[in-house]
Formats: sequence, C-alpha cells, structure tokens
Amino acid sequence: MLSYLINGISLGSVYAIIALGYTMVYGIAKMLNFAHGDVIMIGGYMAFCSTSYLGWPVIPSVLFSIIVCTMLGIVIERLAYKPLRDASSLAVLITAIGVSYFLQNAALLIWSSNPKAFPNMVELPNLVIGDIQISSVAIVTIIACIVIMIALTMFTTKTKLGKAMRAVSEDKGAAQLMGINVNATISMTFAIGSGLAAIAGVLLCSAYPTLMPTTGAMPGIKAFTAAVFGGIGSIPGAMLGGILLGIIEIFAKAYISTQLSDAIVFAVLIIVLIVKPTGLLGKKMAEKV
Amino acid sequence: MSNKDIKLVQLPSPNFVPERDANKPLMLEVSHLGIDFGGLTAVNDFNIGMSPTEISGLIGPNGAGKTTVFNLLTKVYEPTRGTILLDGRDTHGMNTIQVNQAGIARTFQNIRLFDKLTVEDNVKIGLHNSIKYHMPTGVFRLPKYWKEEKKAHDRAMELLSIFDMQDMAKYIAGSLPYGAQRRLEIVRALATNPKLLLLDEPAAGMNPSETSELMENIEKIRDEFQIAILLIEHDMNLVMGVCESIAVLNFGEIIAKGTPSDIQNNPKVIEAYLGKQKEG
Amino acid sequence: MKKFSKQTISGFVNYGIIVVFFLLFQILSATGNLGSSLKGQLIPICSYIIMALSLNLVVGISGELSLGHAGFMSVGAFTGVVVANSLSTAVPNGIVRLFVALFIGAFVAGIAGIIIGIPVLRLRGDYLAIVTLAFGEIIKNVLNCLYVGIDGRGLHFSIKDEQSLHMEPGGRTILSGPMGALGITKLSTFFVGIILILLVLFYIQNFVNSRPGRAIAAIRDNRIAAEACGIPVTKYKLMAFVTSAAMAGSAGALYALNFSTVVPKKFDFNTSILVLVFVVLGGIGNLRGSIIAAAVLTVLPELLREFQDYRMLAYAIVLILVMLVTNNEKAMAFINGKIKAVFKKLRKGEAR
Repeated sequence: MLSYLINGISLGSVYAIIALGYTMVYGIAKMLNFAHGDVIMIGGYMAFCSTSYLGWPVIPSVLFSIIVCTMLGIVIERLAYKPLRDASSLAVLITAIGVSYFLQNAALLIWSSNPKAFPNMVELPNLVIGDIQISSVAIVTIIACIVIMIALTMFTTKTKLGKAMRAVSEDKGAAQLMGINVNATISMTFAIGSGLAAIAGVLLCSAYPTLMPTTGAMPGIKAFTAAVFGGIGSIPGAMLGGILLGIIEIFAKAYISTQLSDAIVFAVLIIVLIVKPTGLLGKKMAEKV
Repeated sequence: MSNKDIKLVQLPSPNFVPERDANKPLMLEVSHLGIDFGGLTAVNDFNIGMSPTEISGLIGPNGAGKTTVFNLLTKVYEPTRGTILLDGRDTHGMNTIQVNQAGIARTFQNIRLFDKLTVEDNVKIGLHNSIKYHMPTGVFRLPKYWKEEKKAHDRAMELLSIFDMQDMAKYIAGSLPYGAQRRLEIVRALATNPKLLLLDEPAAGMNPSETSELMENIEKIRDEFQIAILLIEHDMNLVMGVCESIAVLNFGEIIAKGTPSDIQNNPKVIEAYLGKQKEG
Repeated sequence: MKKFSKQTISGFVNYGIIVVFFLLFQILSATGNLGSSLKGQLIPICSYIIMALSLNLVVGISGELSLGHAGFMSVGAFTGVVVANSLSTAVPNGIVRLFVALFIGAFVAGIAGIIIGIPVLRLRGDYLAIVTLAFGEIIKNVLNCLYVGIDGRGLHFSIKDEQSLHMEPGGRTILSGPMGALGITKLSTFFVGIILILLVLFYIQNFVNSRPGRAIAAIRDNRIAAEACGIPVTKYKLMAFVTSAAMAGSAGALYALNFSTVVPKKFDFNTSILVLVFVVLGGIGNLRGSIIAAAVLTVLPELLREFQDYRMLAYAIVLILVMLVTNNEKAMAFINGKIKAVFKKLRKGEAR
C-alpha cells in the first residue's frame, strides 16, 4: 500500500515536471504544445548517448541533455511557433503536431525503432524501511520534483524575469506597453519548459529503462492531461495534477486493471472537468458581455 | 418632439406610465433587483415598471451598472435578489434562451453579430423560433422547407426594410460599416418577435445624422410593432428626444425617475451626471 | 428557369468531383493501369474522406475542436464487424449485410456521441479538446480489453479474456482484445464507399443551409448573441456532434470491413490528428478542401513508399511549412497574386 503510494508519487512527479512545461507554455503562448512530449524523448536520448557512447559521468550528461533540450526548445519556438503568434490556435496546434512528427521521425532515422536500454543513472542503494523497499530512482525523482517546484515558484514570484513572464501571460499587450520584451520572455518560457522536459526524460527513462522514438508520446499526453486536471496555466495546479494522476494510475493498475488503467486516468480527468470546468486550481474565466 | 408633452400617470404601485397605457397591465415589472459579484454590489434595489408601448431610457455615468441591469433582465447573470415579472410572469429560473422566447430581445454594447454569416442569415437566426421545420425536413429539402424558407426570407427583407438595408442582405455581416452593424443588431433582435426590446447604446459610434434617423426609427418600431423599448444611451439628445420616461442609475442604484424634463431639472441628477455634461 | 444559388452550385460541384473520382478509378482499374497498392487504398480513401467531412462538421461548422474523432470511427468499426459477423447466416447477401453493418455502426457511434457529447459540450475551447482526446483514449483502451464471441445462444461479451466468454463449443470469437477483429469477411466495396460519401456530402450540405445549420453557425460565431436570439445552444451543439460521430461510425465500419484484421490501436490519437490535419489543410469549413486533402494525403504516402525512411520526416516538414505559409499574409498575397496572374494569362489566351 505504502509502496504503491510512493511509486505513484514518483511517477506523478515525472508527470508534474512535464506538466509544468505544458502549463507554462500554455499560460504564456496560449498554445497546446504537443511537441513537448517528444522533447522529453530527445532529452532521454541525449543522456543515453552521452553516457553509453561517450562514457560521460551522470551529472555532465544530464547537464548536456538539459542544454541540448533548452536550445531545441528555443529553436522550435523561433522557427515554428513565432511566425504564428497571431494565427488561429488550430494552426498553431497543427504546427505543434508537425514538430512532434518531425522529432519522432528524426529520432527514428538516427536511433532506429529498436528500444535502447537506458543506463542506470541513479547509482544509489534502494531505501529499505521495514519490509518495504523504495527504489532510489523514486526518491531522486520526488526530490527533483520538489526542488524544481520551489525553484520555479521563487523564480516567478521573486525575479524580474519571472515577473515579466507572469505579466506576459496575464496580458501580452499591456506587458509590451510596460516595456517587457514579449518575444524574449516567450522564448525563455520555452527554454525553461524544454529544460524541464530533459530532466523529466532522464527521470522517466531511469524508472522505465526502455528508450524508443515514441517514448515521449504517451507520458506527454498524460502530463498534458495532468496540466488540465490541475487547471492549465497554473504552476501549483500542474504539480498537484501531475502527482494525483500518478497516484491514480498506480492504484488503478494495482487494484483494478492494468489494461484499463489509462481509461481510468482519463475518466477521472473527465469527471473533474465536468464538476469543475477549469480544473482543480484553474482560474474561473467569465466572458464579459 | 411629441414626447415632451407626454404625461406620466402614477399607478397604485410605485410605478408611473404614459397616459395612453394607464389602463393596461404593466409589461415589465422589476422590483428590488440586485446582484453582488463577490463582495461587490453592482446593482441594488432596482425598481422599474414599463407599460406595453413605453419607450424608456436608462442613463447614468460609466460604471453605474446599466449594462448589468440588461444582463440581469436577460439572465446573462442570475440576480442575487429581487423579481422580474414579464407580463405578470416571473422569469425566475429561466435562462437567457427562455427569456428571449418569453419576449425580451436585446442588442449589445460591444456589437455581437454573427460575423461570418450574411446579413440575411443574421436576421434569419433571429427568426429561428418562428421558422417551423425540423432537421429532416431541411436535410431532405421537403416542400415545407422551401415554403418556410421563403416565408423567412420575405420576413427578413421586410424587417431589413425598416432601416433600408434590403440591398445589404447578401453582404457578410462582419464587413458592414459600424452604423449598419448596430442597425442590423436591432433588426435581428426584432426578428425574435419580442415584447420588450433592450437597446444598449444604439447610437454609439453613429454620426449626428445617423443618430437622428435612429431616433425616428426607434419611434417607428414602437408604433409598428407595439412593443416596449428600454434603452441605455449616452447621447442626451437621443435620450431626451425619444424617451417618455427616464431612470438615472448611479453606483448601482436608481437616484431619479421621471419625464425627460423632470430629469433635466433634478438637482441630484445634475450633480451626479448632467452637471459634468454642461461643463463639457 | 430556376436560378441556383452559389451554394447549390458549389454543392453540385462537390458531387461531381466524387463521381469523377469514382469513374476515373473505375477506368484506370478496368484498363489495368491501377497499381495494386493504390487499389488497396481506394476504400480507406473513402473512409478518410467521410472522416474528414464529418470532423469538418464539428471543427469547421460548429467551431469546436475535437481530438478524439478516431474513437467514433473505432466504435463504428468494431460494431460493424460484430454485426456483419453475427448476421452472416441470417443475411447471406453481402451488400445488404454491409449496409446493415454501416447503419448499425453509425447508430452505435451516434449513441457514443450522445453519451460523450452531453457532458463534454459544456466545456469550451482547449478544455473541450482535451476531454475529447481523453474519450478517444478511453474508447481505444476499453476496446483493447473487449472480447466478443458468438455461438448458438447469441453474443457474449467480456472485458477479461477469451475464456470468460463461456461459449458453447463451435462458438466463434469476433473480437479478441488487443488482437482486435480477426478473420473479417471483406464486404466493403469502392462503389458503396462512393455512395456513402455522396450521402454524407448530401446530408452536410443540406444541413448547413437549413434552420439547424444556421443555428450552429450562429453559435460558432457568437454564442452569447445566439442565446440572446433564443437559440437552444446545447441542443444544436449536440446535434452537430452526434451527427458527426454517427458519420465517423459509418466510415469506421466501411474501413474495418475492407480488411481481414483490424486492431483497436489503429484508431488512436494519431488517427484523430491525421483527420484533423485533413480538415485544417483542406480549409476549415471547406468541404471540398476536406475531400481533396483526405484523398491526396492518403494516397501520397503510398506513392512515396520508396522513400520509406524519409517520407514521414518530409510529411512533418511539409505540414509545418504549409501552416507557416498559409498563415503568413505576405506569402499568401504573393501566392494569390501568382494564381491570379496565371488565370489572367489563360483568359487572355482564350480571348485571342
């Protein structure tokens, strides 16, 4: 029971980190970035390559992965999304899907569809309390999630850049009039979101060590669900949504049905949205008449 | 103007109506209407009675709660307090759609047309509830479809002719000039066959000649359709010229009610509202 | 003579395109000029055209973003397979059985549309999108666990495994969970596919230019104003959604009854997106665009089979570029200018 809970929180922490990227990008650019899941996959491959092929130690290879994904995030935003700033949301959505296909198929060409065995990044002993064993990966994941959460909250509330980010997500036009560089702020949000995706990629692959070009797709969709679950656009909401989703998934797998666990997760999302249409911590938006 | 010498008659209730409607029951009777948003009271103790063919004005400074009153009458917001009787029927529990079907139509301060549809289709959507056929008839183009669509087309043209807009029938509504868009909104509202028409700043953005034409048309609509009209307007020439009674709203409460001349001479109103106008 | 409106003429052009498309492929196939891989694509093309048309009803005409359209296709597909399979003795005539399967597939998908639509259509914009996505995934997931068998006593259902169907000896399994439907009798024909497209097209075109169609367009353009005009918003949104679901169901049944095996995984999120891409590239609300985009984008990957490894990459790049170009005013003005110039030249040529 307790070990399920910890596994759930650990999986949920990964979802939460991914969901943070979704939510920040949504908050600021009002777009559903379906390519986010594939940035996770790229992050996983980067860490895999630097450790397995180049033999780098853990910390530099994780940093390398973060740097590559951050750059990738900025490049994607510049090339594909920035020209569509004023286009319909559907056009942006399709473009994001195009980017997602591009990343998946590029990965397919480079690394082939054969799954790669992800090396163990967390070489620490598992924690044993009484007769329950908690994997070190789970602990590291949970700690990483807490650290990221605190850092992001500090960043958005205390720093000038973070405040600029919140201002842009409230009202782009007004922020621009206040002298905030909107384009730079949006780029930065993509950079942070993608950097987080790299961390999520490493953590995800450490917990489930098979790496394929489609690795990011399903966690991406689930994390997106988590972001909506918690109220899209809200950072604490993404956190809460991610962790709850992880717990629900693990418990559904353990007690109801492994095959139907995804259906249960999505059903819970639907029920939450029907009861509270803007998610758990989402702001209520009324249209002015 | 003919309105200037209209006499208002005091009813047993705290309402007064134009003399000609004195013996008819009230068309709209609003009592103690109010709404709070969070802790903020936007409208409070709002009372108004309108006779079946009365043209009434709702004026007041910006932010006084005028549009909120319209939103309460049309149930865009559910009132926190008070009752709205439409032809003696309580609208409590009705939604916007049912209120419209019960006989209240409105226009919007920030124009809300069906931008991508033609002018004629905009009016036909107003006629929606008076076109009598269902989906299969439409899909299979049964004779009833052609008959009803012909009727709707003729009616739409008739309504558009109030504002001489028949020639614009095939234009896309979103491409019309501003004044024409405001007029189309009125036509669309009339198409729903209302008993009470709410006009939210109908003259906003119109030039003086368009405004004076609008004034004539408002009276024409009342005479032809025999309906009551309640309008919000900042153009005092229009309000004083066309309204038989006026209510002044400030900070969500009515501070004065009466004929145009009563209002013009009311010191409270001058202080709250018209005083500023004279300076400007 | 009766004067036709622009819309009526445009509608007839669409029927014409479908008929020409049919005749063209009939001639190609009769003269032996149709490659076998392309021949195998004819019925899927019909299915995808119906999918694109039906999604256009929701996305283009009703203005709601749905990301779970493949779910309805899936419901229709497996219902169609079960129906066709259980009626194999009762209705020996293949074409009749196909039509019954298509109809019941559409009907059950329509019911799924009602069940999903009622809670979902209260939500707006991106929230609606994510919930339709979630429903699509749920449908896939449930069908992945669904076992259906038939024996002398009738149909048996289970969501556990084949054994728990408790069939009499001699019973047949129709659906077996993640393996999907096996040993389907191929009933679908290109001709029926074309008929189905024409029916769907007839329905949508007439629907749009009628009282309910106008109401739906009004809700899309301005929901608040539509309510103020006394239009029952939920009813009409649901009408569009359910109609679209039923059409997708018939497309699914047509699709499934063309193959000997169909797996639930075929109708996943990616298929929903694929259909959405048809709609967006063809032009939102533009039926003819949907037809052309669906046909071309289904055939193209087959023709590019030699470039196996690179074709999906190229597809992704083309998709991004098309979105960038069509949403760039300068680029569009340039292209439109070019097109007009070409037409001018042609006309001048004619005049001479």
